[in-house]
Amino acid sequence: MTPVIAASGLRKSFGATRALDGFDLTVRAGEIHGFLGPNGAGKTTTIRILLGLLRRDGGEAEVLGGDPWHDAVRLHRRLAYVPGEVNLWPNLTGGEVIDLLGTLRGGLDNKRRADLLDRFDLDPAKRCRAYSKGNRQKIALVAAFSCDVELYLLDEPTSGLDPLMERVFQDVVREVRAAGRTVLLSSHILSEVEALCDRVTIVRAGRAGRAAESGTFAELRHLTRTSMVVDTVRPAGGLAALAGVHDLHAEGRRTYFTVDDGAVTGVLAELTGLGVRSIVSTPPTLEELFRRHYAGSAAPQPAGMR
Amino acid sequence: MNALAGLPALTRLALRRDRFTLPAWLLGLSAFTAATTAMWAADLTDPADLARESRLAATSPGIRLLGLASGGSAGAYAMVRNFVLLAVLAALMSVFAVVRHTRQGEETGRAELVGAAAVGRHAPLTAALIVAVAADAALAVLLGLALAAAGMPAAGSFTAGAAVGAVGLVFAGVAAVTTQLSATTRGASGQAAAVLGAAFLAAGVGNMAGDPDATGLRVRSAWPAWLSPIGWGQQARAFDGNHWWPLGLAAGCFLAATAIAVRLTARRDFGRGLLPERTGHRRAGRLLRGPIGLAARLQRGALLGWATGMLGFGLIMGGLAGQVADATGSAREWYTRTGGSDVIVDAYRTSILQMAGLAAAIYVVQVLLRLRTEEADGPLEPVLAAAVGRVRWALGHAVTALAGATALLLLFALGAAATAGAVLGDPVGEVRTLVPAALVQLPAVLVVGAAVIGAVALLPRLAGGVAWAALIAAVLTGPIFGTTLGLPGWVRDLSPFTHVPKAPAVAVGATPLIALGAVLAVLLLAGLIRLRRRDLSLPA
Repeated sequence: MTPVIAASGLRKSFGATRALDGFDLTVRAGEIHGFLGPNGAGKTTTIRILLGLLRRDGGEAEVLGGDPWHDAVRLHRRLAYVPGEVNLWPNLTGGEVIDLLGTLRGGLDNKRRADLLDRFDLDPAKRCRAYSKGNRQKIALVAAFSCDVELYLLDEPTSGLDPLMERVFQDVVREVRAAGRTVLLSSHILSEVEALCDRVTIVRAGRAGRAAESGTFAELRHLTRTSMVVDTVRPAGGLAALAGVHDLHAEGRRTYFTVDDGAVTGVLAELTGLGVRSIVSTPPTLEELFRRHYAGSAAPQPAGMR
Repeated sequence: MNALAGLPALTRLALRRDRFTLPAWLLGLSAFTAATTAMWAADLTDPADLARESRLAATSPGIRLLGLASGGSAGAYAMVRNFVLLAVLAALMSVFAVVRHTRQGEETGRAELVGAAAVGRHAPLTAALIVAVAADAALAVLLGLALAAAGMPAAGSFTAGAAVGAVGLVFAGVAAVTTQLSATTRGASGQAAAVLGAAFLAAGVGNMAGDPDATGLRVRSAWPAWLSPIGWGQQARAFDGNHWWPLGLAAGCFLAATAIAVRLTARRDFGRGLLPERTGHRRAGRLLRGPIGLAARLQRGALLGWATGMLGFGLIMGGLAGQVADATGSAREWYTRTGGSDVIVDAYRTSILQMAGLAAAIYVVQVLLRLRTEEADGPLEPVLAAAVGRVRWALGHAVTALAGATALLLLFALGAAATAGAVLGDPVGEVRTLVPAALVQLPAVLVVGAAVIGAVALLPRLAGGVAWAALIAAVLTGPIFGTTLGLPGWVRDLSPFTHVPKAPAVAVGATPLIALGAVLAVLLLAGLIRLRRRDLSLPA
């Protein structure tokens, strides 16, 4: 099955600033794809290229089987977009904006519109200038999800929502997935991505706009190290010499260290000889994974994951 | 004082933000004043000419509407020609400066960031007023220097500068109040502009209804002029007595308005106005269902204001047709030269339609620059992310602007036909003559519109400046000003308005319309092609 979004080697510069430098992204049909990265990593630039609002300097991009620049209007009938910073016309009401954007996209489902307004607890009679940031975001969300389209592009759609509304948002996103739609969700909120997404692409800071890793969370967990705390009869300082052992420090007989995924067996064999009293092994947390990629630190780059 | 905490920093911030805008206003107005004054002084070296022109300014009601005759000196004549324009521009400079540093900050949320710091409640408004008043004071001095440099007596020059500055001062106060009333930048500027329009009308009507004194060189204004800040500035009688006391009225008015604004600031919530925020429609109407509907909705407010103005302008200009029929001397010569006909009333009809064409072009520039703000402020992003192409979006705005300009020209023509018909007899004939002739102005208006689209597409960041500069150039080299300024023919040929057939005085030929159409097509195509190819400059 061809991917809904296939981008490879995307490059984009604004003057001297390099926003994207060889960025890859693949979103499969029917999945919720998380798009994680720190501010300024090029998430919005990527989405605007995928919408044909910006023109790529290099690389390949395909959205719903078409070229996002040349086929923009045709493709936009089949997708809906929620911008990260929702700027609307101050003198139009929320209800008018929802209808307008829905019509411009090729029509909206009135029943769905009413249902979403109710669930997001939104008053459509207010003028846009009177809405808070969160409510403007809800306008854009209702406008997008009132349309039955194949692909939803959401750029940090929940940054202004309260936890209750975030819950509603997650329910709505799951509903569209259940209906077989595809969602690209850009975010810097890890828990949201973890709760919703089937696969995730992480953009790393420091190396502008290069996808560090892409895969399911289970796959990504393998990229980091297991933390271990052991109480041993004999001092375990010698472990530091083993390949794949990092950050080792000892307090009395208690030793703390981390192990690369592939080196655990060797460490266990060594420990057995030292007389283990207790052992606590913690799997890599997503936070750690996330921090590592965000910080752009030199994590080992396993082959085949790029 | 706590309420003014942070004032020095805010004032410096405002000055820093205005470091190009305000100098451009000040230098532009000064240069314009020096150049035009020197030109008239050179034209009217013969005292007989000067006396004749001054007497005409005092006796012609049409000219009295736009300027107050105050004696027979070259300086006073320059004031008749320039004062109202300078006063209106000084008022706009002040209004924009005050709104920019108060309401605009609240609307965009910048002021919230500032207000949460150790900044007093009254500090932002005070900083804005300090900047606006400083700009008005600088304008007063610079205009005085400009007039003196053009060879005018120093006392009159600085009285004139102070009179213009005083009008600006009053409108800084007016804007301070309207920013408290309205929750939006547009609303605050619009209300202040409405007050300015009323001030213009009161001064104009007061002078029109006044009468010349025994010398025939000086107009004694009727009472409505004394209700208007522009009227106060005129009553300073620069170059003819140099009275400063009417300017005291302006200072008092500014202080009163400021006191009201300060009181209102203390009563209202941050980010809101005193006028209540009304709720609106829960669903979009049938009209608001596409790019044209959206453009129409966005242009509606501006169109309503302009429609009122153009209808009123038409009624007034039509009503003057009777006096023009009796005009003699240089006024008659001016009309026949501008209007391209020896039949004075025909020439007059042509010249007022030319003015209406210029006004419609200003409207078109104003509404089409919305293309740029839609892009720069961000609402364009969801529109183009829907199934709307860039060309369709731009043409939606263009078609709506064209419809608006057409309506404005028709309203003007109907208004002028109504009053001219009443004065000259045969209203139906006036309608038949003026309505089709008004539409002849459209091709030149459209060329200006296409130039705006070109500017937005090719030079997005400079579009506003380029578009207004192009319009001003086209107006100054066009038929009304180009002949008055005595520009050479090839310069006047650069203006699209020069090529508009002089209907109804002269039969309309196809060639100039085809040429204008070709220029229009080239500008529009270049703009649209570029628009399709370039990146959008959306907010980050």
